[in-house]
Amino acid sequence: MVHLTAGEKSLVASTWSKVNVDAVGGEVLGRLLVVYPWTQRFFDSFGDLSSASAIMGNAKVQAHGKKVLKSFAEGLNHLDDLKGAFAQLSELHCDKLHVDPENFRLLGNVLMCVMARHLGADFTPEAQAVCQKVVAGVATALAHKYH
Amino acid sequence: MSLTKAERTIILSMWSKISTQADSIGTETLERLFAGYPQTKTYFPHFDLHPGSAQLRAHGSKVVAAVGDAVKNIDNISLALSKLSELHAYILRVDPVNFKLLSHCLLVTMAARFPADFTAEAHAAWDKFLSVVSSVLTEKYR
Repeated sequence: MVHLTAGEKSLVASTWSKVNVDAVGGEVLGRLLVVYPWTQRFFDSFGDLSSASAIMGNAKVQAHGKKVLKSFAEGLNHLDDLKGAFAQLSELHCDKLHVDPENFRLLGNVLMCVMARHLGADFTPEAQAVCQKVVAGVATALAHKYH
Repeated sequence: MSLTKAERTIILSMWSKISTQADSIGTETLERLFAGYPQTKTYFPHFDLHPGSAQLRAHGSKVVAAVGDAVKNIDNISLALSKLSELHAYILRVDPVNFKLLSHCLLVTMAARFPADFTAEAHAAWDKFLSVVSSVLTEKYR
């Protein structure tokens, strides 16, 4: 659950509307794997992850990144009940994927860097602050069903 | 953790661009820190933290200058930041978690200002470099 004022929700919406979700997902996941190489542990089946350029150009990384970001974007429609919205994904990440929730925080921060890269000065400190609240809320929601 | 030759090259080449906007980058980084992580303001009760404040600008400059010192002495950051490390350990005692937050805000600032230069490799190199700097600044804590 994330507590945003009407103004903050509006800022999230307007900031997010500038993001090309389809194009950016692959970059976000790719950068996670490049910047924090230990996260590659979850992607043994993805083929060549041997260098930054291999990772960023990897088709499976691109496809999976797109999937992940679409899911995140869907969450933005449920800011008042993120735990509910991500309940099933939370169970999946715990029971089947065995992903340490710390990785959700890492991914959220990589998303912030990618948004900054694409939005430049439009990604103001205020926009970042409100987006940080959202990614933190999503990370918490994804960890909520862990046991 | 130590930096590879390739990582050092990336850091040095980006630094030459960053240093031309050092002061405003410092200010923006701190603005992002205080906006995104309000708890960090607890270390500055004596400051006027409004955007544009002279104190914010001065402190931002100091922070970026220190990063610059680390860049210029990239082969021995521990020695270059030794005094600063003692300051943080004995006087300032900023909780170590905050170095990650500041580093993240600096990365976001760099990404916003240098989108073409902030490649995945540059992102990785800078994240690692700032992590080394943070370790140096907390190495005397206990």
